[in-house]
Amino acid sequence: MTTLRALRRRDRTRGLIVTAALVLVLVVLSLLALALGAVPLGPAEVVAGLLGLPGAPGSEFIVRGVRLPRLLLAVLVGAALGLAGALLQSVVRNPLASPDIIGIAQGASAAGVLVLLTGAGSAAITGGAITGALVAASLAFLLGGRGVSGARFVVVGVAIAFLAQGVLGYALTRASLVDAGSAYFWLVGSVGSPSWDDIGLVAVVLVLSALLLAVVHRMLAVQSFDDTTARALGARPVAVRVGAIVVTSLLTAVAVGAAGPIAFVAFASGPIGRGLRGRGPALGTAALVGAASVLAADLLAQHVVPGSFQPPVGLVTGALGALVLLVLLVRDDRRKEHQP
Amino acid sequence: MTTRTTNPAPELRVEQLHLAYGDRTVVHGVDLTITPGRMTALVGANASGKSTLLRALARVIEPSAGRVLLDDHDLHRLPRRLVARTIGILPQAPIAPEGIRVADLVARGRYPHHGLFRGHRSDDDAVVASALSATDALELADRRVDELSGGQRQRVWIALALAQEPRILLLDEPTSALDVAHQVEVLDVLRDEVARGMTVVIVLHDLTLAARYADDMVVLAEGRIVAHGSPTEVLTEQTMRTAFGIEARIVADPDTHRPIVVPRARGAAPSAQ
Repeated sequence: MTTLRALRRRDRTRGLIVTAALVLVLVVLSLLALALGAVPLGPAEVVAGLLGLPGAPGSEFIVRGVRLPRLLLAVLVGAALGLAGALLQSVVRNPLASPDIIGIAQGASAAGVLVLLTGAGSAAITGGAITGALVAASLAFLLGGRGVSGARFVVVGVAIAFLAQGVLGYALTRASLVDAGSAYFWLVGSVGSPSWDDIGLVAVVLVLSALLLAVVHRMLAVQSFDDTTARALGARPVAVRVGAIVVTSLLTAVAVGAAGPIAFVAFASGPIGRGLRGRGPALGTAALVGAASVLAADLLAQHVVPGSFQPPVGLVTGALGALVLLVLLVRDDRRKEHQP
Repeated sequence: MTTRTTNPAPELRVEQLHLAYGDRTVVHGVDLTITPGRMTALVGANASGKSTLLRALARVIEPSAGRVLLDDHDLHRLPRRLVARTIGILPQAPIAPEGIRVADLVARGRYPHHGLFRGHRSDDDAVVASALSATDALELADRRVDELSGGQRQRVWIALALAQEPRILLLDEPTSALDVAHQVEVLDVLRDEVARGMTVVIVLHDLTLAARYADDMVVLAEGRIVAHGSPTEVLTEQTMRTAFGIEARIVADPDTHRPIVVPRARGAAPSAQ
């Protein structure tokens, strides 16, 4: 019994340390994001600008008008994608079941681009992305077979992703070169043109999802067994999965609507979060990992990538995310080889 | 934990039970009463409907016709968590959450005792610890489940079911992956629970082991019950023919007098092949 209590205390300590470390990383990255740029600011100027203190009108505009919205959008979109990916992976019990692989993000992008090509504004693009994500998720749910679990759901999702890519490719061939150019930039995923409406919407959906998940997190812990065991423990595995798919779709849709489909964040945050936390589902950790990843990638894209062209953040997460995936796969293989 | 010893275990009964996967009916109109406080072994050939029947008893699948009754209440109308506090099931190939540690896995057995807003309490530790020591797995508490051997893993899964504190425990071939020493160990643990008043229903392939440990045996063939009673009543050469389609000699264990099944090779005469 004492051992059990000690184990639980150790688990809680690890959670606190991991959370504190990630928050610290986020704070440091945020300060960098506010300080760096065409006009570099010192720490005092950043604080003064942030708080709107008198005597620094220039830095107030740079910090609050330019850099803060970009920072907030990067953090919120990253957290939303990280949470969405970790949630779906945990309830479907498959690391491939991430919204950017099973077509939810692609559905959101295809619909988002269709709306963008009509010349509509960012609110309409977000609305289109939400519709596209929900359509893709409903298709995956209806075609994925009873129970929405395992390999079949993932395979159906991948097919839907290709379908959405097809729609997208066709739409782009019909568009003018200028429209196609702006659509392309959005499609790679960028936090470079933030609007307060987008920031507010992502924040609201993220906070509501987090509150809901905080209430039902014990249900999610039982969910990660096979369905028979989950039912034997009094859970409703199919209902929980359907609910989780809806939450995942909304989170993905508002994130994609605001910043485009930033590659690999939803997919990689879950495994990284579970690795740091030492157990699943680690939703909060994954959200923090997602936020830190997008923010760090955006900083790299703005300040480290050489040349006058600033690449959109999605290019950086795509390149680094592919590396993360390879490292995880190789490590997983090694561990399996060492098993008795 | 106190209720377990004071109240008699509830009675599980099925009436005219039909079970189907889609159009394919697997269990045809079974009537069966599981005697409380005893160990009942379900045996039968592959695809005879044993596992399906077991899953219906745990409310994991719904009957296509007929009823499953828990103390005369329709099992499928009772609240989920109440059923989960009364009946536990260990499926044939349970899947553990990725990377989970033993203590964490077994602690999830307390889920049906928790409310939406009430989580782990210190008295849950006592239940988890006693479940782990009952299955001799306490020293494994800190290990990752995916690093354990087959026998250790099976003991941990049984500990999960025990932590649920069910009055009735259903197990689907819990010994199939184990060597004979571990098989006996698992069945001994279950016998201990029966001695404390638990009802155990177990699907087993090894008929001699089933006869050695079970109080009652139910033989299924093609989705119907062909025999039900004490091991001595049930395990006859006639049953072996109807249920398994083989010739077998039944001899008595010199110590326990329980039946031992000795299959005969095709062509009746014992031979090397």
